[in-house]
Amino acid sequence: MKVQDALEIVSQTNPGMVRSHNEDSVACEAACGLVVLADGMGGYNAGEVASGIAVSVTAMEISHRLQNASPVERDEQSGEELGVLLLRDNIQKANASIFHASQSQPQYAGMGTTIVAGLFYDNRVAVGHVGDSRMYRLRDETLESITRDHSLLQEQIDSGMISIEDARHSKNKNLVTRAVGIDAEISAEIHVHDVRIGDIYLLCSDGLNDMVEDDDIGTTLYAMQGNLPLAAEQLIQMANDNGGRDNVSVVLVKVKGGFAAPRGWFAELVNWFNK
Amino acid sequence: MAAKLILSMDGVVINEFPISKERMTIGRKTHNDIVIDNLAVSGEHAAIVTILNDSFLEDLDSTNGVEVNGVMIKKHVMQANDVIGIGKYHLKYISDQVSQANPDDFEKTMILRAPAKSAEANAQVSATANNVEKTGKFGALPPVDSTPATAPATAPATAPAAAPANAPAAAQAAAVQILTGPNAGKELDLVKNLTTLGKPGVQVAVLTRRPHGFFITHVEGTSFPSVNGQVLNDKPHQMNDHDVIELAGVKMEFYFKG
Repeated sequence: MKVQDALEIVSQTNPGMVRSHNEDSVACEAACGLVVLADGMGGYNAGEVASGIAVSVTAMEISHRLQNASPVERDEQSGEELGVLLLRDNIQKANASIFHASQSQPQYAGMGTTIVAGLFYDNRVAVGHVGDSRMYRLRDETLESITRDHSLLQEQIDSGMISIEDARHSKNKNLVTRAVGIDAEISAEIHVHDVRIGDIYLLCSDGLNDMVEDDDIGTTLYAMQGNLPLAAEQLIQMANDNGGRDNVSVVLVKVKGGFAAPRGWFAELVNWFNK
Repeated sequence: MAAKLILSMDGVVINEFPISKERMTIGRKTHNDIVIDNLAVSGEHAAIVTILNDSFLEDLDSTNGVEVNGVMIKKHVMQANDVIGIGKYHLKYISDQVSQANPDDFEKTMILRAPAKSAEANAQVSATANNVEKTGKFGALPPVDSTPATAPATAPATAPAAAPANAPAAAQAAAVQILTGPNAGKELDLVKNLTTLGKPGVQVAVLTRRPHGFFITHVEGTSFPSVNGQVLNDKPHQMNDHDVIELAGVKMEFYFKG
């Protein structure tokens, strides 16, 4: 099955109840199985400029490149898969664009963005992220975060300074330790996970997971897995019902079928003819 | 720094200590930042580590222990007006950061800047960053990557004490009682924010609890549920007391509980 037939993708973004403008950006490239979400920060409208650049650079570059290449191809120098390589390179490229814009235009000084991107190929998903935007996975009835925030709070939890209960009340919730566009270089964290039929992947900005408990996110996704647009709407509504202090964005990806990459000499021959 | 500690014994104030550095130690020996010269106090008794607006108290394996508000602790996240008890002495933690906070900064995502590689001149910033990293076992942050991002934030971090993220919805308690079918008579309390009705793959509706009431929404299935004989569309429908829902041939009654 081709990846665009195997996945159902839904996205929704909302400014929330308090903010006047939306600094989040999302992009879905169904044809190559790519979803991207970014949560920008910076004064005036710099936040949405940063998240907009991050999302459009990664989405356009990756989908363009995958038009005539397969994400399972291995890079000759590094031996890495093209899928992983593309994520890393293009988050770096987005970083360079934002950094350059903020250096050259004073109104954009200091702008930056978080990013979380998932590239689905060959029954797997490569996940790249920077900052505190998350990817969750609902498998069977269990919701699990498959990214770890680059935030001060997460570091405090990791070092045992603060318990997960106390973390909910921390005042430092909103401090990220890594962001795209702040420095000349960035290292995105990239992991590859196996995908199962029936999995639902949720990409969200912190406007969701700060306002809605993970348990409630899990119950909602499980109950509404048959109706993805409604699930997205319900998650945003729950965040807003709880105060909606930040922009809320969600991208939902449901795996409806297998999408193994064609392999073997015959498949390669077919590919060669199709080029 | 806005926070301070007031040392007292038997209600008599002895001294006041502003929280002026990332790690402050409390103990009997004179090299401590807060010296309490009493034999019930260990040489190095406790430490307070402050990072931005959060202060953490840690018992340094003292002989007689540390109490906060009368409860023995090993580690504690300080809240304004907490009283630390060490022997007969009390240290009250005063923090006025809430009143200084600018509501605009509330919940805004900010980046903690790593010391810029080009700006070596800014040695002060790097030095503070290193200090934070070296604050003993309590403050030892795991290395994140090549750029330890523990320098002061680019924006002033003045977020006020965040209220618990989601206070339970204020809606009244409600329940659903099944009227027909094999489960007739069964009562289902709507205690969760979201309750599923029906069978996945056949017909599913959810009852959601929101601040202003309960709503029923059709999720999946070819036929839609009905309320009081009226078939719903795909929009949420607000429930009233004693409404009768019909879903996949089963009738149930929704009602509020006293």
